[in-house]
Amino acid sequence: MTSLLAVLIDGSIYASWLFLVAAGLTVIYGVMRILNMAHGSFYAIGAYSAASLVGWYFNNGVGPAWISYLLLVGAALVAGLIVGVIVERGLLRLMYGRDEILMVIITYALLLILEDTMKIVWGVSPYFAYQPYSELGRTSLGLLKVSNYDLALVGVSALLGLGLWAWLERTNQGKVLRAMIHDREISVAMGVNVRLMFTITFVLGTTLGALAGALTAPAISVVPGIGIEVIVLAFAVVVIGGLGSIGGAAVGALLVGLSRAAAVHYAPEFELFVIYGVMSLVLAFRPEGLFGRTLARKI
Amino acid sequence: MKNNKSNFSKYLVSGVAALALSAGLASGASAAENGKFRVGIVTFLSGPAAGPFGVPSANAAKVLVEALNKGDVPAPYNKMGINGLEIEAVIIDEAGGATKQVEEYRNLVQRQKVDAVIGYVSSGDCLAIAPVAEELKTFTIAYDCGTPRLFADNADAQYMFRTGLDASVDNIGAARYLAATRPDVTRLSGIQQNYSWGQDSWADFTAAAAKLLPDAEIVEEQFPKIYQGQYGAEISALSVKRPEILHSSFWGGDMEALVLQANARGLLEDATGLLTCGEASFANYKDQAPNGMIIGARGPFGAFAPNNELNTWFKGVYNAAYDLDPVYPATKMVQAILGLKFAAENAGVADKEIPTAEQLASGIKGATFESVSGTVEMARANGHQAMQGITYGQYHYEDGKASIVNAVSFDGECVTPPEGVDAATWISEGFPGATCN
Repeated sequence: MTSLLAVLIDGSIYASWLFLVAAGLTVIYGVMRILNMAHGSFYAIGAYSAASLVGWYFNNGVGPAWISYLLLVGAALVAGLIVGVIVERGLLRLMYGRDEILMVIITYALLLILEDTMKIVWGVSPYFAYQPYSELGRTSLGLLKVSNYDLALVGVSALLGLGLWAWLERTNQGKVLRAMIHDREISVAMGVNVRLMFTITFVLGTTLGALAGALTAPAISVVPGIGIEVIVLAFAVVVIGGLGSIGGAAVGALLVGLSRAAAVHYAPEFELFVIYGVMSLVLAFRPEGLFGRTLARKI
Repeated sequence: MKNNKSNFSKYLVSGVAALALSAGLASGASAAENGKFRVGIVTFLSGPAAGPFGVPSANAAKVLVEALNKGDVPAPYNKMGINGLEIEAVIIDEAGGATKQVEEYRNLVQRQKVDAVIGYVSSGDCLAIAPVAEELKTFTIAYDCGTPRLFADNADAQYMFRTGLDASVDNIGAARYLAATRPDVTRLSGIQQNYSWGQDSWADFTAAAAKLLPDAEIVEEQFPKIYQGQYGAEISALSVKRPEILHSSFWGGDMEALVLQANARGLLEDATGLLTCGEASFANYKDQAPNGMIIGARGPFGAFAPNNELNTWFKGVYNAAYDLDPVYPATKMVQAILGLKFAAENAGVADKEIPTAEQLASGIKGATFESVSGTVEMARANGHQAMQGITYGQYHYEDGKASIVNAVSFDGECVTPPEGVDAATWISEGFPGATCN
């Protein structure tokens, strides 16, 4: 019984983290048709920015701990905004209309450049921002003790998913975006500023990636290479859900999170395999992913 | 006009290529004849292993080479450089995998014309380099990699040496520490990175624990992917089994993340952590690791190194240069460089003469030399493998300062299989011939 409860809790926490990581990736693909390999770097930049800022905050006099949570989010927003605008305006804008495969190669090159840039800026020593993680304490559920920060992450992830849904479904900007996904040429003919919408979408995706990194930073040691590990998982999640689908990313994250937690508790020897096992199984029956067929409403 | 332009381009390209080639050849030639002792140093300068291992090692190499060239190192290493020759260090990145490292090694030997190579954290890299060192007849010291297969697979090695200890020593030492300090434990658990390092470490530890702690059972074992970073489910799975000891051979960012998460969730309050590579992050834990967590340094290195004159001097210069105390990979790099210097100056060649690879090998094979970690005996693998003791202790953090308490050392003969016996056999037979203090 404890194990079943643990699977549900661990699976939900891991799924919420996966969704945070994958949301930006799927938003960018849904609107721009760019399979963004550099998304892991945006995650890492968010983690480094947050760890630097929170580390600086706690190393230079003790203020109230709740401010550190604002700093985490603030660091992600600023980093995502700056990097997103620079990359979209300085690089991707010159490449629009090219083949999707070429865009994969371009964003892969960007990933390599950003990985080295991070080493120049932050070096290779680890950064820590553990205070926000430990400050929230933990909750005991029988033998199981769960970090309150991890539980809060589930809430943040759910709110973010709802926010994205509301933005796309309930705002004029969301409607324009959906029209653009449906038919870009007609949207242009109707007066939609596609370039502006691309910029907004890309910066949103970048910021989501940076936010995922910033919210993860308190629980990990921020070291070179964390972004590369994350991108593989994010791809698995969005492929399961269907590239470009927010709902698909949420379901994909939940499937992977629960399957992995179940494997860890009941069959640890399959833990490495289970994520890709689920992906293979889904793709065998639905090659476009679980939500991949709803092309007109891909985001 | 087009033809002229095309011809001009061809000449230009050919000219540039010829210049580049001759410059390359010239640089290779002058490197071999510049009167310096040129040593290739290979360690991780990028990737996840750079922070915990590579950068401290490279930094240690820089300060030591600089001091050796000035003749500032205490006796018996106070002779300038190596055998009176200035040392020129060529430091390269170990990242990229074994195939790339073999290319880099060939480049170091054949183009850069190094006189010796010191390097390799990754066991995969060590295993790939060993046969190439023999093929190219180049004196090579593996300074950190731990695989017992290094000399098991290369039993006739002539040019390959290792001045660090192999990984089975870490885990035999860990089991001996538990037997000495916590003989009543009955519930053991483990979490290891899912690759050969983690699997081999766990196999050695559980086998040794079965002999030394016969009443203990393994209640849970987890093998997450390397660099996973998130261990929520694993921590839950371990917690519900209520272990008394949590053994891990995690290293770097994975280890730090595990400690952060397991401590915040109370696992490291209920169970005592036993981290075989724990010392490498000694300065990073602060109040996020519980007091009493058992840590090792893969030998008498880093914070476990003795307070001899060499180590006191090294800690001083390292701290002055980087405002940090050296962690175990830094100490191991220094040990390897001192081993090379000892080999060269014990090779029986004239002052300021560069010994051949064969002379270097004969200078260190089976020898005993002094180091920052104490006395090193090249007493295993036909004189190619160092044998030293190992120390474990408990992390203690108080008033903003980290220290080690309850340290226990075990002699080399207590934790190292006899010559010609593999670790698994030695453990399964109950450590025959082991002499423990």
